[in-house]
Amino acid sequence: MQHGKYRFITGFLAAPLALYVLFVIWPFIQSIFYSFTDWSGLSPEFKMVGFDNFTKMFQDDVFWKSLQHSLMFVVLLPLGTLSLALFFAFMLNVGGRHRKNAAISGVRGSAFYKVVYFFPQVLSIAIVALLFQFAYNPNSGAINSGLQAVGLGSVQPDWLGDPDLALWCVFAVLVWCTVGFFVVLFSAGMASIPKDYYEAALLDGANRITTFFKITLPLLWDTVQSGWAYMGILALGAESFAVVQIMTVGPNGGGPDYSTTVLPLYVYQKAFRDGQAAYATTIGVALLIVTLLFVAVVMRMGRRERLEY
Amino acid sequence: MKTTDIPPADAAEQRPAVTKTNSGPVPPAKSSEGRTLNVFSHGMLILWAFMVVLPLLWAVMTSFKDDKSIFSSPWALPDTLHFENWSRAWTEAHMSDYFLNTLIVVGCSLIGTMLLGSMAAYVLARFEFVGNRFIYFLFIGGMSFPIILALVPLFYVMQNMALLNTLPGLILVYIAYSLPFTVFFMTSFFRTLPSSVAEAAFVDGASHTRTFFQIMLPMAKPGLISITIFNFLGQWNQYMLPTVLNNEPENKVLTQGLVQLAVSQGYKGDWSGLFAGLVMAMLPVLGAYVVFQRQVVAGLTAGALK
Repeated sequence: MQHGKYRFITGFLAAPLALYVLFVIWPFIQSIFYSFTDWSGLSPEFKMVGFDNFTKMFQDDVFWKSLQHSLMFVVLLPLGTLSLALFFAFMLNVGGRHRKNAAISGVRGSAFYKVVYFFPQVLSIAIVALLFQFAYNPNSGAINSGLQAVGLGSVQPDWLGDPDLALWCVFAVLVWCTVGFFVVLFSAGMASIPKDYYEAALLDGANRITTFFKITLPLLWDTVQSGWAYMGILALGAESFAVVQIMTVGPNGGGPDYSTTVLPLYVYQKAFRDGQAAYATTIGVALLIVTLLFVAVVMRMGRRERLEY
Repeated sequence: MKTTDIPPADAAEQRPAVTKTNSGPVPPAKSSEGRTLNVFSHGMLILWAFMVVLPLLWAVMTSFKDDKSIFSSPWALPDTLHFENWSRAWTEAHMSDYFLNTLIVVGCSLIGTMLLGSMAAYVLARFEFVGNRFIYFLFIGGMSFPIILALVPLFYVMQNMALLNTLPGLILVYIAYSLPFTVFFMTSFFRTLPSSVAEAAFVDGASHTRTFFQIMLPMAKPGLISITIFNFLGQWNQYMLPTVLNNEPENKVLTQGLVQLAVSQGYKGDWSGLFAGLVMAMLPVLGAYVVFQRQVVAGLTAGALK
């Protein structure tokens, strides 16, 4: 039977593990190795160059800009999205009119709001990015002509063409597509908080704002924390890559004047546009370090006593 | 239950006290606070609903307009419904090919992901062996690593295996990159299932493999449904993996096809066709979501609630 067990384990693990190691783990290890070489990616030859790529990276202005934008995303995006989502979820669950025997009540139609808010979550980020690229078009886009229609014809920003605004345009799109998911997630969490807690707080004369900070938020903290990690990884990963690459100006995005470039995009451009594969993996290693630091910070920040209810 | 201001005489001692305090000496302040809050919260909620729906409706509307009015009056309703935009997008802009490629890739990789993912998760969840923890963390570690870092060497790995720019290659990559979350989720799901049923089957002479396929998998159905929906949407909407690893024009999937289409409009100028394509890609997913709302929400939030 022991023998059968091990044969079974091997049989079941072999295929998934082989596929995973070949396509995910092995490339990761390789790319860390390549960051110490001068490999171009175009030919198989390369030689070891030690830390040359890292020295080059520290003197590369575009790298610093990308890092700065990525760091901004990783701090502000979770902050913006999660606070908006918490606000909406609280309104949905607690913002309703006082009914006679309920201490708190949700607004009417909260089910409808949740369905609508979730729409962007099921759409591809690529489709969303394309859509907003048209909306932001300065001459005939939906936003500027909308501004004209309400009498703000003098306010016609260049949106994605303006180096000071472009990054915020990207930011807004990322917030737009992620808020709904967290509204639904937090609503589910809030619905499971016992109503007695709210009743007790209201009896003690607490208003809604105190109730939110003293009851809702602490009891929801675990969910907020995992949401924070999720948003940060998203802000450093494929989503920010897709939005910037599709929406912003310049060959393969990142413009104008590198004002929107982010680390994953810069890795992509160096490897597949400029033929500097080794240097691209160096930037990728920097991105890996930023990601791991972020995860460590979130885990530490959230370590507080778990509340059972 | 209806509570009036005059509680029934035989009601529990506590209950009236609560009601009284609630609508007792402070009712004016409370209810006015409630009313302003109610108006305010409704206002904000409606505003956001509007901001979500408006871009989508605008896209649908634009897909029925001709090219000239798209630029001259973006918010005007179409003069007539230009259905020819849709047929042009479907045939000339190759939307039909992109749809077919996406269906093939997502269909195959979804089956592969679910099969391989639940096999690995089952073994990791229910069997003790040396290296179990290590393999488990190897899998879930993949959830937080930046994928783009691995894609640079992966491009050349796939080139050497002649899998680059092919649909089978893309399918294998989709499976590999969906495994971390699938294994993570299904492992915790298999751990929650009672072991008595499996043991009984084993005593009756069923092999491990048979126990898995005929007893454990059917028992894990709720978890399988959630994670299938999660993987379906993730793979259907995938953009970065095909952009890097699949650049053969006739193998493109929906998302990259649309982006390609948008780029080429710079000189072709068929914007209405592009919008028709966008809406065409949006509607099936949105429609499926509205129909299977509950399952979709459960599937997508499943991981975060664990």
